[in-house]
Amino acid sequence: MTVEASRETQTPVDLVTLSIDDVEVSVPKGTLVIRAAELVGTEIPRFCDHPLLEPVGACRQCLVEVPDAGNGRGFPKPQASCTLEVAPGMVVRTQVTSPVAEKAQHGTMELLLVNHPLDCPVCDKGGECPLQNQAMSHGRGESRFAETKRTFPKPLAVSEQVLLDRERCVLCARCTRFSEQVAGDPFIALVERGARQQVGIGPSTDEQAFGDRPGADGSSGGAQPFHSYFSGNTIQICPVGALTSADYRFRSRPFDLVSTPSVAEHDACGAAIRVDHRRGTVMRRLAGDDPEVNEEWVTDKDRFAFTWSRQDDRLRTPLVRDPDTGELVPASWPGALAAAAAGLREAAGKVGVLPGGRLTAEDAYAYSVFARVALRTNDIDFRTRPHSAEEAAFLAARVATVQDVATRDLETASTVLLVGLEPEDEAGTLFLRLRKGSRHGVRVAAVASHTTRGLAKVGGELLTARPGEEASALDAIQDSDGSADVGLDARSVVLLGERLASSPGAFSAAVRLAERTGARLAWVPRRAGDRGAVETGCLPTLLPGARPVGDAEARADLAAAWGVRSVPAKAGRDTTSILRAAARGQLRALVVGGVEVDDLPDPALAREALAAADFVVSLEVRESDVTRAADVVLPVAPPVEKSGTFVTWEGRLRPFGRVLDVPGSLTDVRVLAGIAEELGAPLGFRTTAGAMRSMADLGPWDGERVAAPDLAAPEAKEPRGGEVVLATWRQLVDDGRLQDGQDRYRATARRAVLKASAATLAAAGVEPGDVATISTDLGSASFPTAVADLPDGVVWAPGNNGVHLRGALGADHGSTVRLTAGGAS
Amino acid sequence: MADTLTPVLSRGWADERSWTREAYEARDGYSALRTALDMAPEEIVALVKDAGLRGRGGAGFPTGMKWSFIPQDTESPGGGNPKYLVVNADESEPGTCKDIPLMMANPHELIEGVVIASLAIRAEQAFVYVRGEVLHVVRRLRAACREAYEAGYLGADVMGSGRRVDLVIHAGAGAYICGEETALLDSLEGRRGQPRLRPPFPAVEGLYASPTVINNVESIASVPAIVRGGVDWFGSMGTEKSKGFTLYSLSGHVKRPGQYEAPLGITLRELLDLGGGLRDGAELKFWTPGGSSTPILTAEHLDVPLDYEGVGAAGSMLGTKALQVFDQTTSVVRCVLRWTEFYKHESCGKCTPCREGTWWLVQVLQRLDAGQGREGDVELLLDLCDNILGRSFCALGDGATSPITSAIQHFRDEFEAGMHTPSAELFPPAASTLFAAEVSA
Repeated sequence: MTVEASRETQTPVDLVTLSIDDVEVSVPKGTLVIRAAELVGTEIPRFCDHPLLEPVGACRQCLVEVPDAGNGRGFPKPQASCTLEVAPGMVVRTQVTSPVAEKAQHGTMELLLVNHPLDCPVCDKGGECPLQNQAMSHGRGESRFAETKRTFPKPLAVSEQVLLDRERCVLCARCTRFSEQVAGDPFIALVERGARQQVGIGPSTDEQAFGDRPGADGSSGGAQPFHSYFSGNTIQICPVGALTSADYRFRSRPFDLVSTPSVAEHDACGAAIRVDHRRGTVMRRLAGDDPEVNEEWVTDKDRFAFTWSRQDDRLRTPLVRDPDTGELVPASWPGALAAAAAGLREAAGKVGVLPGGRLTAEDAYAYSVFARVALRTNDIDFRTRPHSAEEAAFLAARVATVQDVATRDLETASTVLLVGLEPEDEAGTLFLRLRKGSRHGVRVAAVASHTTRGLAKVGGELLTARPGEEASALDAIQDSDGSADVGLDARSVVLLGERLASSPGAFSAAVRLAERTGARLAWVPRRAGDRGAVETGCLPTLLPGARPVGDAEARADLAAAWGVRSVPAKAGRDTTSILRAAARGQLRALVVGGVEVDDLPDPALAREALAAADFVVSLEVRESDVTRAADVVLPVAPPVEKSGTFVTWEGRLRPFGRVLDVPGSLTDVRVLAGIAEELGAPLGFRTTAGAMRSMADLGPWDGERVAAPDLAAPEAKEPRGGEVVLATWRQLVDDGRLQDGQDRYRATARRAVLKASAATLAAAGVEPGDVATISTDLGSASFPTAVADLPDGVVWAPGNNGVHLRGALGADHGSTVRLTAGGAS
Repeated sequence: MADTLTPVLSRGWADERSWTREAYEARDGYSALRTALDMAPEEIVALVKDAGLRGRGGAGFPTGMKWSFIPQDTESPGGGNPKYLVVNADESEPGTCKDIPLMMANPHELIEGVVIASLAIRAEQAFVYVRGEVLHVVRRLRAACREAYEAGYLGADVMGSGRRVDLVIHAGAGAYICGEETALLDSLEGRRGQPRLRPPFPAVEGLYASPTVINNVESIASVPAIVRGGVDWFGSMGTEKSKGFTLYSLSGHVKRPGQYEAPLGITLRELLDLGGGLRDGAELKFWTPGGSSTPILTAEHLDVPLDYEGVGAAGSMLGTKALQVFDQTTSVVRCVLRWTEFYKHESCGKCTPCREGTWWLVQVLQRLDAGQGREGDVELLLDLCDNILGRSFCALGDGATSPITSAIQHFRDEFEAGMHTPSAELFPPAASTLFAAEVSA
């Protein structure tokens, strides 16, 4: 314990004092001179240097003079300040005080421009280009180079999404280092030599990859494309215009763009982004810089998938179903709100609310208050995917208002155990931090069906669990002293994915594991609004601020805060029960937010329920199966058109401001407040800010919490002959509707492949590589196959890549499906 | 003058099948290994240190001192890792041609040196990284290596001592940069050869991030002789700070080009005498003391002692002792252009000054060579060299500037003439080539 204790205590930072341009500065030991210089206000020009990448010293732009290295002797040559660590007593002279350093920098700058084309006027980077800027600030006014420049055909597509202009490249290797060091996807590398050196992609090992899709220069044939989930970051850190986005190329100039800091809406990580728009149209998104959350990286989804809200099926006006024709017809806002209120009043006491998992905390809070105050019900559930009462209990007991684990902890944890979570696909920002941690000694293990690429990239150990049997795998981890198995202790973190809801006993086993080992638990859902919905009580058993529905004191507290007589005491129905009740006529109306029918645990039941309900109100951004079935459709604003707050998996509030000001684009808060007022039961707020104030006034519950679930692990089930258990999750790049309109980005998706052990494939008569089909009574899906280290009798297939498994097969993680050779008949 | 020569490494080159183990054993081969096996590793290091052997690859760093940097204490950084010996046989410096004949004629002396050096630094695995183009050398070394294994000089139990030394002969792929020791290590590890950042230095984190000694072929091959002959014998040759014998490679406009093994400190005048002088009617115009990366010298430096200090004092470097001799028929501009084209072709591309600088230098030199130089080109060349020298990532960029700056220093007129007259007019190529007959045929 002594070793651990000493690691826990904050060791004071050793400071080193040196002189830079005659200014004394003290910096932590190990600091590089280039960053120490920033502290005295001197910006040394640089290209290859990047604070989040390992030093390389390649571009030689940051040369400084070091007359004394701290030992009384100086360096005879100028030194690269990006690779030189400070030393006590060191004397550094930058371009500010040293003519030698200044000449060296001017010389390097001139050389960098020797082979750089003069196409700044048409270059995407022009106007925000470090080369352009530093050539102005640290270069000669004019080049003496009048000779022949090196040329290359351009652009070269390194992927469908990323284009390479080799002439512009200054060979700083930021992109290749990012791909190798940060993303773990070394699919681009420097090739060739001298001035012909260039970034390149390698020959393909996969005949399906890229060879059949010509590059932008018309080339094709067996190149392995730069299909990294994080490839867009290389475009952003490229200090010149060598890497460009195929979508954004030639679209706008930086000085025409208006930039707004925001937060990505694609997962529960809350990555900081910057949204650039021009005349009301978002042109691109960039990674924001937040050391606590995403550092300077975002996934390609966060970066490229932003056109979903401007597709042709965008809802622009309220729609009300004409009682005569049965058609949805445009209506005024007051008319539509009144119609919604009238329908709900009719169904009073028999209304279910499905807000969906993509709302801001304020919008989710509005649903929560709307259900309790205006509809007088606890029949509300944000979960639009498989769920369980065990999960609800776990969320109430261990998640709501708890902030035990932060992203940064993944760098310092002793062990990070992933359970039912594939971070590379489901939480890319978290994945990058986990990878950073693993490169610095954090041990990673995963309770999962097989070793994924993501797990391999974090050097993770696989604790094999068949889908549905995660609980037994967790119970099998017995090391409380940190010595055995995966070394779980008080400095460890256990991250639980949302698909554990379909694995009975898994959340219970995770709680037992945490209590046994002292490890901290965190729940990592897939959607940006999931955690906010938990916090705001969009659950049948949980009220805002972790107040249990079953706790009279909590209800009284809430009623007082809301200024209502009481809050419904009866525990509500969960998503599936709401749908079942609606299908059977026990519920007569539904209020549905951003819900995709195919995402629901039982899409067929959902369709039945939507058809059977007397009255359906849909609050949506775009037309969907729900809006088509609704009686009143109320268009709401996508995140880009509103302000709000996402709550990350850590419980961190991520407020963001409105990017586009679109008149008539209303938030869910505003719409629900309008209906509530029509119903004569106002929410107490009408705006996002008002909702936030109300939440803040309310505060978290400090009374007794719901007990954590403690279900036993189920008995192992043996599938029957010809049947296999399905492991599945949604990949980062797939057919999800929030990625609509981005074909180039979608082309970088991983190939949909069915994975299974060699024995499983052999038992079904499938040759590895050949097509196999999984099927249920509802439908089937065919994929090429590949051998992976899954347990026998288990297959993995992507959730929504080509086929929506839940929608088409009704199959989910843990479902039993039939495996047969060949394509679907 | 014949007694000026001190054939040690080259002593049996003329023997019948000199490269075989039998032939090498017949000239006392592997006797030094027997001696070394009875010595403590520290004693071998001390012996080489005391002998004053300096690296023959160009930089002249004391070999014994390099060996002593290898951490042997398991507590110190890297000390717990395996140690490696890597022999740099990637001889590619223009004009340099000593290691290849040495390995062809006397491979076992190198192998004996490898085993002794490995014992000294406690390495159980050694590598010889041979330039890829010289397949015949690779084959000869591999054959010798096999013979040494068969005779028990290499393997798990070197000559019954219980000590292990394994040797791999690795063929590079012919990149000049892979002669730079850290690029060589990257290449040996299977990566693209580009120089590494230092620190960490190879002595602590070299091959596979473990302590590694990288020595030139000739340095390692000189070790058995030191063990056989002792410190005093070795010190009886050479000068005070540059002790021992070495191979001088004489090439260019001389009557008998070739390898001349002589004590350090011999002069070019003496070597030219040994080599039969310049070709008939020729007079010395300029020469390189150690390959193209060392600043050129002229006739006034004929009596400079060819040791590390002597050549340094004359403003150049001893380098690889590749004495390229050029007579009055040679255009210095053309010669420098050829060398610079080599550097441009071989620049690895990692750092800006070398990559872009050599690209630009070639273009300026090309127009001077064509007699189309512009006013200010000479100053431009000098300024570009100033922006490359000491600014590049490794020493190769520095080396690329040496011939240019030194040539302008000694023959500025010829560069100035490039503003109006092609070099081919001033110095017809046919007159300077050694193979005019073949060229015109």
